[in-house]
Amino acid sequence: MVVNVKNMIDDELFFGHKACAGCGGSLALRAALKVLGPNAVAALPAGCMSAVGFNFPQLAFANNAMITPFAATASVLTGIEAGLRAQGKKPDDCTVVGFAGDGGTADIGLQALSGAIDRNDDVLYICYDNEAYMNTGIQKSSLTPFGAKTTTTPAGSNVHGCLTQKKNLFEIVAAHGIPYAATASVGYLNDFIRKVERARDVHGTRYIHVIAPCPTGWGCGVDETVDIAKDIVDTGLWYLAEYEGERVSGQPGGRFRLNRDPKQFASVPAYLRRQGRFRAFSDDEVAAVEQGRDAKWEVMRREWRG
Amino acid sequence: MKRFLSGDEALAEGVRLARPQVISAYPITPQTVVVERLSEMVEDGSLAAEYVHVESEHSALSCAIGASATGARTFTATSSQGLLYMAECLTYASGGRFPIVMMNANRATALPWNIYGDQRDSLSLLDHGWIQVYAENNQEALDLALMAYAVAEDPAVRTPVMVNLDGFALTHTYETVDVPTPEQADAFLPPYDGAGNSFDFENPVSIGFSAGPDYDRYFKYWEHRDMLEAAPRAIKEAEARFAEVFGRRYSGMIECVACDDADVVLVTLGSVAGLVRGVVERLRAQGVRAGMLRIRYLRPMPSVLVATALAGAKAVGVLEKDVSFGAEGTVYTNVNSALQQAGARVPTYNFIGGLGGDDISEAQVEGMFRALAQAADGTLDLPHVSFLGIDSPADAVSEGGR
Repeated sequence: MVVNVKNMIDDELFFGHKACAGCGGSLALRAALKVLGPNAVAALPAGCMSAVGFNFPQLAFANNAMITPFAATASVLTGIEAGLRAQGKKPDDCTVVGFAGDGGTADIGLQALSGAIDRNDDVLYICYDNEAYMNTGIQKSSLTPFGAKTTTTPAGSNVHGCLTQKKNLFEIVAAHGIPYAATASVGYLNDFIRKVERARDVHGTRYIHVIAPCPTGWGCGVDETVDIAKDIVDTGLWYLAEYEGERVSGQPGGRFRLNRDPKQFASVPAYLRRQGRFRAFSDDEVAAVEQGRDAKWEVMRREWRG
Repeated sequence: MKRFLSGDEALAEGVRLARPQVISAYPITPQTVVVERLSEMVEDGSLAAEYVHVESEHSALSCAIGASATGARTFTATSSQGLLYMAECLTYASGGRFPIVMMNANRATALPWNIYGDQRDSLSLLDHGWIQVYAENNQEALDLALMAYAVAEDPAVRTPVMVNLDGFALTHTYETVDVPTPEQADAFLPPYDGAGNSFDFENPVSIGFSAGPDYDRYFKYWEHRDMLEAAPRAIKEAEARFAEVFGRRYSGMIECVACDDADVVLVTLGSVAGLVRGVVERLRAQGVRAGMLRIRYLRPMPSVLVATALAGAKAVGVLEKDVSFGAEGTVYTNVNSALQQAGARVPTYNFIGGLGGDDISEAQVEGMFRALAQAADGTLDLPHVSFLGIDSPADAVSEGGR
C-alpha cells in the first residue's frame, strides 16, 4: 500500500521532545518514522534532534534509537546493521536509519557517509537540512545558502552574510553510484513520505536530503514552516528529484529524475524577503541568485527529465 | 599448538578464538598485520565475522559502538595517531558501557612523525574510561585477547578494554606462542550476552543519551565505581578460570619480581619488562637487592597493590616510554599518587626512555638500578625526572653506555 499523510499510522514514534515551535526537522523525523515503523533502529549524531529527543530520563523515541559521535552517523549505522545481521537478529521490516543535520552530514559527517555508500551498507541516511548549525545557535555550514545571515556570517556593511554557495550534496552522493538518493522538502510531505517508503524498500545505501526550515534560524514565523518549505521548491531554489543507481535503474551510470518541474517559478524576492536571514540582500544579489537558479534548472531540465 | 608468531599475529589468533561478530578494520603501522590476518581468517571461513572496511579510525570505533549496541561482540585495532583520531569515540564507548575490545600497537605520536614504538599514545588517553592492559610478550598478547572479552563483558564491568602491545618490540617480533584450540577457547569464553545494554525489538530502548547536571554525575560515578570495584574482581576471576582451562597463570594487575626484600625497584610497563627481568637476575647474583614491578593494568589503577609492593624499597625508579610535556611521565605520576595515598615515603625517580623507538639497553637498565642505589645511600644527586640518552645519570653509571 502506498503510504500518504491520510493513511499513515497514528502511532507516534517521536514525541514528547522539546523541539522549538515550528521545527521542520522534528516534522521530518516524525513522518519518516511513521513510514519506517516501530522496528526501525535510529541513530542520531549531536544536533538538534538528538538534543531535543535524548534527554534522560525524558527519552522521546518509541523505537530503538541511539546517539552517535557527531562525525559518526553513517559509521554507527554501519555497525548497527552489521551487528544485527551477524547475529541474525534483524527483523524483516527493520530499517537502520540515521537522521543528521546539514552540518552533521555535509561537513563533519561527510567522510563517514562516503565510506558507508562506498561499502553499500544497507542503511538509510536522512539529512534534515535547516541550512545552518542551529543547535549551537545558527552558525554557517556548507549547506548554508549564499547571502544568509548566521551568527558566524554576519550581515554588515562590508559582507552580506554567507559568501559561499550551498554544497551540492545530492549530486555528490549520487556520484558514488548509490542505489537510491532523493531530495525532498517538508513542504511537500506526500513526496517526502513516498521517497522514504521507496528508500525503505531498496537494498543497499539510501540517502534522502529533506529541506526542513527552522523558524528560529531563518527568521520567520513558527506557523510558516510548511509554507516556506513549499516556497523554496516553488521558487526553484530547491528541487524535488531522485537518483537511482545502475542496479536499481537498469541504466548505465544510473538515472536522475526530476519529480516536480514548475512551469513558472514563484517569486524569489518574496521568498527571501519573508525571512530575516536574507534581510541584507541587495537587488543585485537577488538577481544573482535567480541567475544561478536558472542555470541549474537548464541543466536539470535537459538531463533529468524523462 | 606451538607456533612461531609475531605479536600482531598472536593477537589476531587470540581474536579468532574469541569469535567477534563484527570487526571494523583500518590500517596503521604497526597494527596493520592484525587486520590483515583477520581479513584472511574471515576469507578462509575460520572466523565468522562481519569484516567492515571503515574509512578512518573514527569510523572504526564508532562502527564498533553501533555493533556493540546490537549485542554483538566487536573488535577493532589501532595505533598512535589513529588512536588519537578516534579519541572522542573512546568516551562514547566507555560512557555507553560497550564492552568493545581494541588492540593498540603502542607507537610514538607526531611531530616529529615517527612510526616506532613508545607509549605516548595510550598513556595520553588514560582518562577516557577504558581498561588499559599492557602485554609483555606475544603469548600474553594472545591470552589477553581472550581475557579482555571476559573482563569487558562481565555484567558488573561492561567497560571497553584496550590491549596494548609495544610497537615493533612486540608487534613485529617473532616468538614461540602456544595457540589454544577453539574448543579450549570456547570453554573459557561464553558468547556475549548484551541483555540490558542492547537494542530490543520487544521493548525498544534509547541507548546513549544526554544527561544534564541533575543526572550526569551518577553515570560518571557508576562508570568510575564499576571500573574500580568490579573490574579488579573480574580480572582475578578471568585469570583463575584461564589458568584452569589453559594451564597458564597470570599475576593479576601487577607482577612483582623479587620486590619483597628489594632495596631498589624499577617499575615497568609493557615489553621492556623482559629486559629488566634479566638485569634483576644478574644484579641479584652480584648481591644487589634489585626488583621489578611490572604494571599490567594501568586502568583501573592498582594503587594499593603498587604501594604495597614498593613501600619497603629505599628507592624506586619508574621507567616509561612517555612524557607528559612540561610535567613528568604519566606512569610516574600515577605511582607517586599511589605511594602518597598509602603514606609510603619512598623516594621515586622517573626515567624516560625509548621514545620514538629508541633502544633501551641492558647497560642502561643496570645503570638505572645503580643510580637508584647511589641515590638511596646519598652518593648521587639523582634528578626526579631524567631522559635516558640525554641527561640521565643512569647513562653515566652504566658500563658500556648505550
